[in-house]
Amino acid sequence: MSLKKVRAIVVSGNGTNCEVEMAHACRMGGADEVDIVHISKLLYGEKSLHDYHFLNLPGGFLDGDDLGSAKAHAIRLRYARTAQGESIFEHILTFISQGKIILGICNGFQLLAKLGLVPAFGGAYGTQDVTLTFNDSGKFEDRWVYLTVNKNSPCIFTRGIENLYLPVRHGEGKCIPADDAVLHKLREKNLIVAQYSDRSGEKVVMDYPLNPNGSVEAIAGICDETGRVFGMMPHPEAYLHFTNHPRWTREPVPEEGMGVALFRNAVAYLRNNL
Amino acid sequence: MAHRIEVGLKDGVRDALGEKMKRRVCDDLHIPVQSVHTIEVFTIDMDLSADELKALAAGPFSDPIVQVYAIDRPLARDFDWLIEVGLRPGVTDNVGRTALEALALLLGRNPGSDEKVYASRQYLICGDLDRNGAERIARDLLANELIQHFEMFQKNSFDYTRGVPLTVHRVTGGNRIEVCEIDLSVSDDELVTISRERLLALSLEEMKAIQAYFSNPDVVAGRHTSGLSAHATDVELEALAQTWSEHCKHKIFNADIEYSDDTGSRIHISSLFDTYIKGVTEQVRKKLGDRDWCVSVFTDNAGVIRWDDRWNLVFKVETHNSPSALDPYGGALTGIVGVNRDPLGTGMGAKLIFNTDVFCFASPFYDGALPARILHPRRIYEGVREGVEHGGNKSGIPTVNGSIVFDDRFMGKPLVYCGTAGIMPAEILGRPAHVKEVRPGDLIVMAGGRIGKDGIHGATFSSEELHEGSPVTAVQIGDPITQKRMMDCLLEARDRGLYRCITDNGAGGLSSSVGEMAQFSNGCELDLKQAPLKYSGLQPWEILLSEAQERMTLAIPPEKIDDFMNLTRMMGVEATVLGRFTDSGCFHIRYGDKTVACLDMQFLHKGLPRMQLKAAWKPPRHEEPDIKDPVDLTPALRRMLSRLNICSKESVVRQYDHEVQGGSVVKPLSGITNDGPSDAAVLRPVLDSLQGVVVSHGICPRYSDIDTYHMTACAIDEALRNFLCVGGSFAGIAGLDNFCWCDPLRSEKNPDGEYKLAQLVRANRALFDYAIAYAIPLISGKDSMKNDYVIGEQKISIPPTVLFSIIGKIDDVRKAVTMDAKAPGDLVYVLGETFDEMGGSEYYALHGYTGNRVPTVNAERALKLYRRLTAAREKGLVQSCHDCSDGGLGVALAETAFSGRLGMMVDVKKVPAAKITRNDTLLFSETQSRFVATVSAGNKKAFERCMGDSTAAEIGVLLDEPRFKILGLKGSIAVDATIFDLKECWQKTLRF
Repeated sequence: MSLKKVRAIVVSGNGTNCEVEMAHACRMGGADEVDIVHISKLLYGEKSLHDYHFLNLPGGFLDGDDLGSAKAHAIRLRYARTAQGESIFEHILTFISQGKIILGICNGFQLLAKLGLVPAFGGAYGTQDVTLTFNDSGKFEDRWVYLTVNKNSPCIFTRGIENLYLPVRHGEGKCIPADDAVLHKLREKNLIVAQYSDRSGEKVVMDYPLNPNGSVEAIAGICDETGRVFGMMPHPEAYLHFTNHPRWTREPVPEEGMGVALFRNAVAYLRNNL
Repeated sequence: MAHRIEVGLKDGVRDALGEKMKRRVCDDLHIPVQSVHTIEVFTIDMDLSADELKALAAGPFSDPIVQVYAIDRPLARDFDWLIEVGLRPGVTDNVGRTALEALALLLGRNPGSDEKVYASRQYLICGDLDRNGAERIARDLLANELIQHFEMFQKNSFDYTRGVPLTVHRVTGGNRIEVCEIDLSVSDDELVTISRERLLALSLEEMKAIQAYFSNPDVVAGRHTSGLSAHATDVELEALAQTWSEHCKHKIFNADIEYSDDTGSRIHISSLFDTYIKGVTEQVRKKLGDRDWCVSVFTDNAGVIRWDDRWNLVFKVETHNSPSALDPYGGALTGIVGVNRDPLGTGMGAKLIFNTDVFCFASPFYDGALPARILHPRRIYEGVREGVEHGGNKSGIPTVNGSIVFDDRFMGKPLVYCGTAGIMPAEILGRPAHVKEVRPGDLIVMAGGRIGKDGIHGATFSSEELHEGSPVTAVQIGDPITQKRMMDCLLEARDRGLYRCITDNGAGGLSSSVGEMAQFSNGCELDLKQAPLKYSGLQPWEILLSEAQERMTLAIPPEKIDDFMNLTRMMGVEATVLGRFTDSGCFHIRYGDKTVACLDMQFLHKGLPRMQLKAAWKPPRHEEPDIKDPVDLTPALRRMLSRLNICSKESVVRQYDHEVQGGSVVKPLSGITNDGPSDAAVLRPVLDSLQGVVVSHGICPRYSDIDTYHMTACAIDEALRNFLCVGGSFAGIAGLDNFCWCDPLRSEKNPDGEYKLAQLVRANRALFDYAIAYAIPLISGKDSMKNDYVIGEQKISIPPTVLFSIIGKIDDVRKAVTMDAKAPGDLVYVLGETFDEMGGSEYYALHGYTGNRVPTVNAERALKLYRRLTAAREKGLVQSCHDCSDGGLGVALAETAFSGRLGMMVDVKKVPAAKITRNDTLLFSETQSRFVATVSAGNKKAFERCMGDSTAAEIGVLLDEPRFKILGLKGSIAVDATIFDLKECWQKTLRF
């Protein structure tokens, strides 16, 4: 039985800034209803996560990243209760357990990592195993990067995608696993979904600027074991139209931007599985 | 009792910030050190249990994967010097504020008004340094003592058990509220003294106008009824001084001016602003008739033009020069978040779609002696860059266009131009969204940040006023997140129709915002006691005048107030009712029940006497250079490409998010490796539309040394060329003028004031002539008139500078063009004729000369060319198009070639030029109205047909081989280099 209407929510507020293009991406991906919802509406119970299937955590500077990227907001989501006294974090856990999907981009990925929602080995949501910290360059940078996608990853967003070319726009994108055991498990379980690569998309790179931040194992994105919770530093929602491509005036570029595929996969997954 | 939590990195984790600081210590200060490590410190001024402290340290304050923490004990070890840097009391502490919010959430408690968290940072330095060296690092790099304090410890004197002694940098101040009365029935000398001592910046004539007002018997009688004496209160004097300030009233632009020139001709100008600037727009709008796209001009915080049937564009450019000289980071940050509030406070409020930034600095490599109290240009560069980075990126607004101009006369005052555009529905809830209205009875509401002593009297350059325990008043630090929350909230309130009018709190604070809005209803009654304060101890006049950031003032109908307050509470935005608008004709200010100011609205806004000024023009003569024209110009081209005004600014551009909001079409960087210099930006603010917004600018202060008339003409022409290069359309175009001048008022200290005023007049005349010729309506602008530095005997004045910005549209973004060469075999064209106009050129500057033959603009001929180029581009005949500006044809050709990673072969004999016999003149003359374009060979005929009788000459071809060759006039090779070498010359200078 397939889902009749796919409803996507893009949570905004406290410094997010990619909500409009992320909502647009959801629509292009085929979602039937897409709402940009300010976090306060979830907190005050005016809107509920339960009414949606696809949770989008957009990029931005939550609380200015003042305590480290997305840190303060992670604390907020962890401890805040709705006006009805319910825990927002519990809502998110229920959301995941119902087979629904979450995509965190850039600041949204930082949030997922610090909330312990990725990689969440063995379904241990809430335990932080990786972090995203300052780029080796010590700089925020906006530049386009090549990505190679792990075919064996359970990630439902990247099915059928081998390579991506997308912009990164961050100062804290260096992914560091807690220790070698975590890194080993990430590899073994194929939770490293996307890695920075050379232009051919074949070779994973550690060198700046192709690897823009010095991420361990060139990690650009990771997912949980269900493949339904996925976070990534590069911005698929920034490449929805061919004119977003930095060289569209000189190279043949398909009409549709590469980022749309992730959202189409997301919607297709929900239609087929929920 | 207060506590300290220190957070450092685990062993083996790379300290990127520490490494960056180490590089700057070594590169900028030339002090060799081995390493720098950082530790974050939170000083928590409240009683907390050990468990609570641990929860905080392990929770919000540290990252368990990469960090370790220590509570009330130091983490520092293995250093030679430890420097801890924190903010002075009262300076906006964004990290501290967020830490306090996280603390409240985690511990589930509401902090009291004195309970705070203060953030500071330790730098652990290893290196063979004496105390002087360490102190230099602290003072010249790590801390700006105007806003920060530091403590230093040498390894042997550090207490490794207790660490840095715990101190809380609380604001201390009295609580006594005092309103002073000032007797104005005094001598002229005393009036002048009052103005000077209270930093009112009012002239004797203006003081006398105020004196006359307060001695008017009708006024005195009225004052008695409101409980005021005949003496002016400090609140009233301050409000008048602010309303009548140059900043708010543009007195010089509105003065009566007698202008004379060297030919003996004289003209009388009654207001430069009315005559020239408004004059342009009136004439252009008249000419456009039904097609007129101006919606709201000169009446609001920003100009408004029509973009399509549903949307209007809003654009404003500001400067924030003086604050950036004092504190480059805070000054630039408040510059950008400040100008953000202009479109937000225009009409019913616009959603912000892009920022622009243009900086003018002295050379970052300056190695002479620094004048007293001046920060090194490299420090200004880095601080301003970072301020705009944080302001723009954290607000989620793409920074899409800008430039950096270098001249050592910007040492005294850097220029920091910040622009912001917004998009606004043409109608909201059935009402035109650009119209402002306030009705008597509407409530005065302030939303956003709180009021502190920030920016009172703007920035005064006197550190003596700053001492431990007293809040900093001279400079401010912006808080982009508080503002972002407020913006999100206000746009929602706008769409729900919860307010009637909105404006921003910038210069002059509430006095200005409420004063201006009160003109719509003709009066207001404001209670300063209701205003939320950052800390106690502010006097009523300070509350009224404070320029504390992140605040908007709204007029809210009483029936909407509950919904509005509910919304702001939900969205975490502070909002306070401060009074109501009236039709009493009075600017009525209370503190609690007591009236502290009651000024006639008419007098407040219209009582300012007009200045009478003289301007005298005498054209300067500079030495004509005697430079040899070498056979081989390769070394000259390489040096030109490396010049500060020509070289790549990529390192700055990359650090600005130029793609957020998803509509990027032409980015600041173009070409095969995404690093060529784009001429202008194109973006799609509405993601389901193919119509784009185009933004560009022109700026050329060097030409001011010869004639500001031509400097301005060239700036306009350059902005238009850049705009057209990428595909901007003439229909829907609008211009913004930003004047930054050196003091044009003649005085003992400023003997050449009349000349500088004449320069200003000439710039305005050019603005008028060329904006009309090109049919560009001016929709907004700003002036900053006192960009001089005077301390002791030393005076540094900026070259008069006009920034001309253009905003407009492109009907179909798929037709946009970039500047990079596209394919081997494409033909290289130069469009427009070249003249011997080397005066003020980068080439002359390279040789230490100014010269006299400044580029002049022939608008009629240029316009013909521009229209034809536009038609050719529309037909898809233009592969690439690049503006010829600084460095002339030689630079434009090289940039075109290496941005496309293609070689180029050019014959300068084919360059259409009048009477030029030198290769260097042909390659480096900065004649205006020229482009380098490439066209595929198959389109040669069609392109040339399109260009008609406009000058367009095929001068060469693109090569597969990466060779850049130019044949000189006599047939010998004038330039021969690889494009990789030329590109490296262009990239290496500012690769910071």
